[in-house]
Amino acid sequence: MRISSSASRSLLLAGAFIGVLSYGAAAQTASPPAAAPAAAPALPPGSPLIGRPDNEAAQKLAPVAAPPIAAAPDKLPMDKLKVPAGFHLEVYAAGMPNARSLALGDKGTVFVGSRTVDKVYAIINKDGKREVKVIASGLYRPNGVAFKNGTLYIAELSKISKIDNIEDHLDNPPKPTVIYDNLPKDEAHGWKFIAIGPDNKLYIPVGQPGNNVLHDKDHGQIRRINLDGSGAEVVALGVRNSVGFDWNPQTKQLYFTDNGRDWLSEDVPNDELNRVTKVGEDFGAPYCYQGNIPDPEFGWGHSCSEFTPPVALMGPHAASLGMRFYTGKMFPASFKDQIIVARHGSWNRTHKFGGDVVVVHLNKDGTVKNIEPIVTGFLQDNKYVGRPVDVMQLKDGSMLISDDWNGAVYRLSYGKSKVAAQ
Amino acid sequence: MRAITKIMAAVAVGSLASSVQAAETIEQRAAACFGCHGEHGQSETAYTPSLGAQQSPYALIQLFMFREKLRTFEPMNDMTKSFTDDDLQKFADFVSRLPKPQPPTDVGDPARMQKGLALAQANHCNSCHNADFSGKENVPRLANQREDYLNKTLNEYKDNTRHGYDGTMADVMGSVSKEQIAALAYYISHYR
Ligand code: HEC
Ligand code: HEC
Repeated sequence: MRISSSASRSLLLAGAFIGVLSYGAAAQTASPPAAAPAAAPALPPGSPLIGRPDNEAAQKLAPVAAPPIAAAPDKLPMDKLKVPAGFHLEVYAAGMPNARSLALGDKGTVFVGSRTVDKVYAIINKDGKREVKVIASGLYRPNGVAFKNGTLYIAELSKISKIDNIEDHLDNPPKPTVIYDNLPKDEAHGWKFIAIGPDNKLYIPVGQPGNNVLHDKDHGQIRRINLDGSGAEVVALGVRNSVGFDWNPQTKQLYFTDNGRDWLSEDVPNDELNRVTKVGEDFGAPYCYQGNIPDPEFGWGHSCSEFTPPVALMGPHAASLGMRFYTGKMFPASFKDQIIVARHGSWNRTHKFGGDVVVVHLNKDGTVKNIEPIVTGFLQDNKYVGRPVDVMQLKDGSMLISDDWNGAVYRLSYGKSKVAAQ
Repeated sequence: MRAITKIMAAVAVGSLASSVQAAETIEQRAAACFGCHGEHGQSETAYTPSLGAQQSPYALIQLFMFREKLRTFEPMNDMTKSFTDDDLQKFADFVSRLPKPQPPTDVGDPARMQKGLALAQANHCNSCHNADFSGKENVPRLANQREDYLNKTLNEYKDNTRHGYDGTMADVMGSVSKEQIAALAYYISHYR
């Protein structure tokens, strides 16, 4: 809605010029020439260009940014997204710029984090209608959300906060209160997925602060804390950048996706799907990737055998992000206790890869049997028309899928119960 | 959509002027921007960026960030406060069609140009922003941007007072010193 009038505009301009005048006064002359540095500076540790080879094809590649504006419901790429026979995909909610991680409240509210904007959204079911509300704003890269016993937990770039009894305060939620902020502030891989484990602890990834860097003891890991912020403990090491995890409902073991490094080549390394069998296990980054490729720079003096290999390779630069075990009854029996993974899709590859949702079928022993796509079509002619970020099961056994490119959440269902209860 | 905007504007302000304004073309509405940003894509105002030939996806992101107060500069936040998504897109497309800013008449001190070039290469500025600094998609055009603005905004990325849409520029500036920023701003503004 635009309500500015000509009058308010000229007022604004007047104010504007005052602003400019005071700027002019502060203007400085060009700084004096300084002595040239002896050597060219190295790339900063967080730079996405570390490791980039100097050739034209590589120079064309840079991280892809999602449009800032959520697509209108009738502009969503529903006609392009494909699902197997018997499945059905519908728009669950739209109009949430940069919709990222998902969490489910006890009363059915769906919470949605964001990364390039400052908001956490709630998709509320009220009087038989779904409605989107902003329940927190002014946050810094609030990518992660988790829910337990009435409380919503929010992960910003470098702090975790909570709102108690959130579902009773959706119309007028209080500001989140911080429970834990002993976290690095790096932008690179600083945004966080969070989840609460069967041990009732909150799990927090801290990525490597850059594409391929030797990191200190506070980075490259997944740690867990008690729900009051106490008792921080590192659970997994050698983690480059995990943006999704869940626990095997049978074995209670933690499985997590991890994004492989950029620039090694078009086709390797693959993203990893990892399984933690004991606390403190090391998954290799930045010394070894995908379990069998020693890093050309940091791998010297190390062997991949020092580290736990992944249980599955998820594709080159695929950006495998959100993942959850399927425990519902709606999908075919072959989905029971299998992992559904959102692959956001690559930027660091001439022919983009990913941009789909896949099911990872496991063997009885928890190792991986095969990987099969279930929602495809986010990638069209090497361009994104959407990018899946997270997946989350609803109580009826259908799966929600968030899309940060379009600012929407979709619902994947199977069989007769096609449309979500409105 | 357009019709709805018109009606809402009329209802909200309740004046004839507003409905006339809603019917204005983007060119007419952009007159409000030229006072600061310059009419032909080239800014004559201290610390105010030239907008000519700016990449439309980048301009859209910045206008969105001003509206959402994710990037703060009060006049721009006020200016965009009541813009619809559609307005943002129209202004972004509009500025991308303005002529690109011209290089300054002085060709630049060769030693300083040399130093700036070396720094731009070492930091791969000319990779993301293109070899000729024309930018692409969400990566902005830099060529012949005002030196004072480049200086200011690069320092703000460095001390994190300007939050990018993503963290890319904060990471890039991490190891670039203030003195090097001045050298880069000189070089990019004089680029030919
Ligand atoms: C009061 C003067 C003023 C007015 C009027 C104004 N701007 Fe700006 N604008 C600025 C300044 C100053 C900045 C840079 C702010 C900063 O340093 O972060 C800016 C930044 C921008 C940017 C980001 C440019 C970049 O390179 O990042 C865009 C796009 C923009 N303005 C578009 C507009 C449009 C469109 C209008 C009219 C609807 C407008 N501006 C009106 C002063 C103004
Ligand atoms: C990895 C890609 C990348 C590299 C390398 C890079 N930039 Fe950027 N640059 C960007 C992106 C993306 C933006 C937009 C960020 C935002 O949303 O604010 C940007 C924004 C800018 C802006 C703001 C322009 C404006 O109109 O406000 C300037 C100035 C800039 N970069 C200069 C540089 C310089 C100088 C270097 C080298 C020291 C450099 N960049 C290296 C990607 C890059």
